[in-house]
Amino acid sequence: MATLTFKGGVHPYDGKELSKDKAIVPYEPKGNLIYPVSQHIGAPAAPVVAKGDRVLVGQKIAEAGGFVSSPVYASVSGTVKAIEPHFVSTGAKVNSIVVENDGLYEEAPGLPIKPFEEMSRDDIIGIIKESGVVGMGGAGFPTHVKLSPKDPDKIDYVLVNCAECEPYLTSDYRLMVERPEKVVGGLKVVLELFGSAQGCICIEDNKPEAIKIMQKACENETRIQVKVLKTKYPQGAERMLIHAVTGRDLNSTMLPADLGCVVDNCDTITSIYDAVILGKPLISRVVTISGEAVANPSNFECRMGTNVAELIEAAGGFKTEAKKVISGGPMMGFAMFDLEVPTTKTTSAITCLAADAVSESPTTACINCGRCVAACDEGLIPARLAQFSEKFDLEAFQKWHGMECVECGCCSYVCPAKRPLAQMIKNVRRMVMANRKK
Amino acid sequence: MSDLRKVSSSPHIRDKATSSNIMRDVVIALLPAAIFGVFHFGVNALVVLLVTIATSVATEYIYEKYMHKPVTIGDYSAVVTGLLLGMNLPSSAPWWMAMLGSIFAVLVVKQLFGGLGQNFMNPALGGRCFLMISFAGRMTNYAYDTFTGATPLAVIREGGSIDMFQMVMGNTAGMIGETSAIAILVGAAYLLWRGVIDLKIPGTYIVTFAVFMLLFGGHGFDGTYLVAQLAGGGLMLGAWFMATDYVTSPITPKGQIVYGVILGLLTGIFRCFGPSPEGVSYAIIFSNLLVPLIERFTIPLAFGKVKEKGGN
Repeated sequence: MATLTFKGGVHPYDGKELSKDKAIVPYEPKGNLIYPVSQHIGAPAAPVVAKGDRVLVGQKIAEAGGFVSSPVYASVSGTVKAIEPHFVSTGAKVNSIVVENDGLYEEAPGLPIKPFEEMSRDDIIGIIKESGVVGMGGAGFPTHVKLSPKDPDKIDYVLVNCAECEPYLTSDYRLMVERPEKVVGGLKVVLELFGSAQGCICIEDNKPEAIKIMQKACENETRIQVKVLKTKYPQGAERMLIHAVTGRDLNSTMLPADLGCVVDNCDTITSIYDAVILGKPLISRVVTISGEAVANPSNFECRMGTNVAELIEAAGGFKTEAKKVISGGPMMGFAMFDLEVPTTKTTSAITCLAADAVSESPTTACINCGRCVAACDEGLIPARLAQFSEKFDLEAFQKWHGMECVECGCCSYVCPAKRPLAQMIKNVRRMVMANRKK
Repeated sequence: MSDLRKVSSSPHIRDKATSSNIMRDVVIALLPAAIFGVFHFGVNALVVLLVTIATSVATEYIYEKYMHKPVTIGDYSAVVTGLLLGMNLPSSAPWWMAMLGSIFAVLVVKQLFGGLGQNFMNPALGGRCFLMISFAGRMTNYAYDTFTGATPLAVIREGGSIDMFQMVMGNTAGMIGETSAIAILVGAAYLLWRGVIDLKIPGTYIVTFAVFMLLFGGHGFDGTYLVAQLAGGGLMLGAWFMATDYVTSPITPKGQIVYGVILGLLTGIFRCFGPSPEGVSYAIIFSNLLVPLIERFTIPLAFGKVKEKGGN
């Protein structure tokens, strides 16, 4: 079978050998757990507990604030200590529920599920909505919204995004190797919603082990196949994934459903399985703690709300000074100014870099070499867009299709003059979006 | 919160390539042709090359020091300009002329317009054309050793015949770095292999020029004439090393093809119908001026966008 791919992209050092062979280990949090009410795209969730209340594992502590929103569940048993604003990994301050862990892990009753065969479409989507599952690849878009397109019969592809093209991340890889039945099971739940769709588990070809295991796991599934993708960043970007597998091209004015596609991340799919089949709300996820600065790179089954500094300690702490600690991977993750932040539904990794390439490479003049053009998977001219950004020329920026940027960072990565192209483009995109809202 | 950690916008990693590495690759790629020139034309050629390189770097250094700007001579771009200009001069050029050309190239064409990345015209070619206009006689004095012949292109123009093998090898009269097509192609192959240049500009340039000469050269499908036109004059050096100059060529992929075609047409027109047998330098600097216009009309369609009627 030919490996599928797209035009553009880059090949950064992937650092996956640091943690790819470390089995998933459950981590029991010691300190307080912090649950921001906004861990997703959409309206913040509304707290349904008060200071002093006792909560149990799997108890709902904040309710969805609308259709495009998602509830939050306690991941430990203990007492609500406060509801107050708290820093999260993106640097923002978000209203959060603080729970003191009593270490008893006393469980609340699960989600009200029926045997799968008896569930209707609405039952399934209702449970996914209730379980708090959101896109766990990073965006945090509520999954039940994604699964409710206008015309479900027009969906002919359900893609499970297991590309994991971000360097250092191995959480999806470990899930595929250790829990393939959950990936297949979760996908079968979603396929139940879309009668005319075929399911594709999409994996980059640098993970032969996972490909083998997943192929074996869906041997007897007529509606599911494994798609092998060429290893290249950003293969896991939604548009690139859809292009590689289906040949359809999505732009910024469309949703995947407009092209007959539903795309869900690997961990999202396993969480759908946990919710619909096992009746477990979303209270934990796999988090990779890796990077050259970490003593013992690990993959943890991490309870939501666990303190990041605590997780790094659990991975042996720093063996050398961490010049930069990133929530997520080095291409699109957020650098954190403080480690006293909680993990959330979208924290796929904590990457601790021993060298900070950004501050160590001084910026020089653009020589118009065109490397950013060759790397741009959206077919843009990042060097020009960055020039328009410096002049705040929003009109030219849009004329040169700047709003199509997916902020993958390839242009900044390849720039020999070390110009922060992606950052300059992001700035103007924010300005244009803000103007549109006016 | 006593010790805040370093933050920055993603991505947090960078490729190893730097602008200096790229410029250094260009210098390496120019060496075969430059070394051939020194062996072919003798020690005078070496003096010219050393003078242009030293003057270019010194001009950049002095200007930047004087203007309190960061000194950028470490990025090799002034070395490239100096070397290219030297290779575009005859070996008989006096030292003061080489110096003057270098100062014009770096000071006027490059620095006064904002330095690296801002010049609207290839500095080396700007310097060459400046000298060409100012000292036409000296610039076309190709005398070397005991030989005082005309360039092969001039010979052909007058209806004479030339030795094809000697011409491709470079054993002819001409500028220091432009006579040996073989040596230039070795350097070009290195740049292609290193990914510094691709075939879009030089490929379309050379093909367009060849087609033009077949149609309008007046020699029909004469293979010898075509090879002479391709290997003669500044075409090879120009197509592989000066038309591909990043700063003064379009960045849009389609624009690069348009640019190559325009270069081929202009060179053909200048060589066939112009007063001089040479046309590459003027074709390139003229096309340099068209670059912003070319880019405006070749904005690529973004991924997933379909062409709208009447728009771009």
